[in-house]
Amino acid sequence: MDQESLVQALRKAVQELMPQVDGVIALRRVGDAAAAHLYQPGDDLSDLTVAAQFPLPTSVRLIQARYPDKTFGVVVRGCDERQLIELAKRQQINLERLRLIGVACNAEQAQGCKCDLPFPSKLDFGEAVDGVPQDFLDEFLAKSRQERLEFWKHAFSKCLKCYGCRNICPECFCKQCVLEEGLWVKTGAVPPPFPMFHLIRAMHTIGKCIACGECERTCPADIPLTLLYKLLRRDVESVFGYHAGADPNEAPLMDSTIFLADMELLRPSQKG
Amino acid sequence: MEYRHVPSVCTYCGVGCGLFLEVLDGQAVGTYPDPSHPVSEGHLCIKGWNAAGFVHHAGRLKTPLIRKEGVLVEASWDEALDLVARELKRIRDDAGPDALAFLCSAKATNEANYVLQKLARAVIGTNNVDHCARL
Repeated sequence: MDQESLVQALRKAVQELMPQVDGVIALRRVGDAAAAHLYQPGDDLSDLTVAAQFPLPTSVRLIQARYPDKTFGVVVRGCDERQLIELAKRQQINLERLRLIGVACNAEQAQGCKCDLPFPSKLDFGEAVDGVPQDFLDEFLAKSRQERLEFWKHAFSKCLKCYGCRNICPECFCKQCVLEEGLWVKTGAVPPPFPMFHLIRAMHTIGKCIACGECERTCPADIPLTLLYKLLRRDVESVFGYHAGADPNEAPLMDSTIFLADMELLRPSQKG
Repeated sequence: MEYRHVPSVCTYCGVGCGLFLEVLDGQAVGTYPDPSHPVSEGHLCIKGWNAAGFVHHAGRLKTPLIRKEGVLVEASWDEALDLVARELKRIRDDAGPDALAFLCSAKATNEANYVLQKLARAVIGTNNVDHCARL
């Protein structure tokens, strides 16, 4: 099925779902790119589209936080589905109030994201293509420890502390972000002292990160963040046997007892 | 109930990075970098990421304000502009053209900056023209 037919079929499916929900969250053509949009009953769907980029789950979280009692359809790619599952485990998304329509990415889209699983588990449109080989991970690990240390020191030294990686990540939802605490990441220092900013964020996202690559794509300093996050994700899989986003019923990796006082910190926030 | 993205340009500096304003129920709540923008290519600096923050800020001016007896009071555009024109002329006549300076802006268009420096040089008669980024 070519891309145009896929999108036509998708629009038709969204139209059919619309009477059963309060709205459908999907990507819409904006300028020459695409961004999340809330389509509502009666809306024209002719600019509804699919694209490889855009952190859609962030929009779902925002909309659900504002309208917790409404039900929404969501057009999800593989990355979206997995991110929504991890967000649901942390009380940021209510999966029961979502109706997912699964769409596969084509080979070109998968290549652009270096994606190894370019389709959701519940696939309604598009054909599942093979994931992109991740040989670059082993090629990197073949370097000596000293080489790898120098590599990351150099990479992180380019950081402008724009917080783009943190802002764009659908799994970064904390109302108070540790990366803004002077105690952990020295304020007024650019680049942030090695390796605090990047490794703190990496540690905070393991088990949640499905390596969508949005962080690297938005980094103005071309820091190879996807390499770091894919390596960590692979470690999580091999060490803990945990696959982020695979099973909504599997307890999250960093499971712990949450006291009532802490629940306030986990309530869906409007932003941030 | 409304959630959409509006293509726009960052207002903070002269680069003009492309971004989408994230709008929820009529309020600009955030920004997202436009991946197709030829200049910014899907990147934003920290200011661009926070460019929606001032849109609905309570501190934003809604009308011109004129200081009368030490207190800022609301005024009309005509009243404010008449005052500015009067005072510019008075200062130039009393203290000379170089008693005045004009600050242009990276956020304004080239055309607007051109007109301002023309006002400075041709109308007032001073070369004291500078730019907000030099502050």
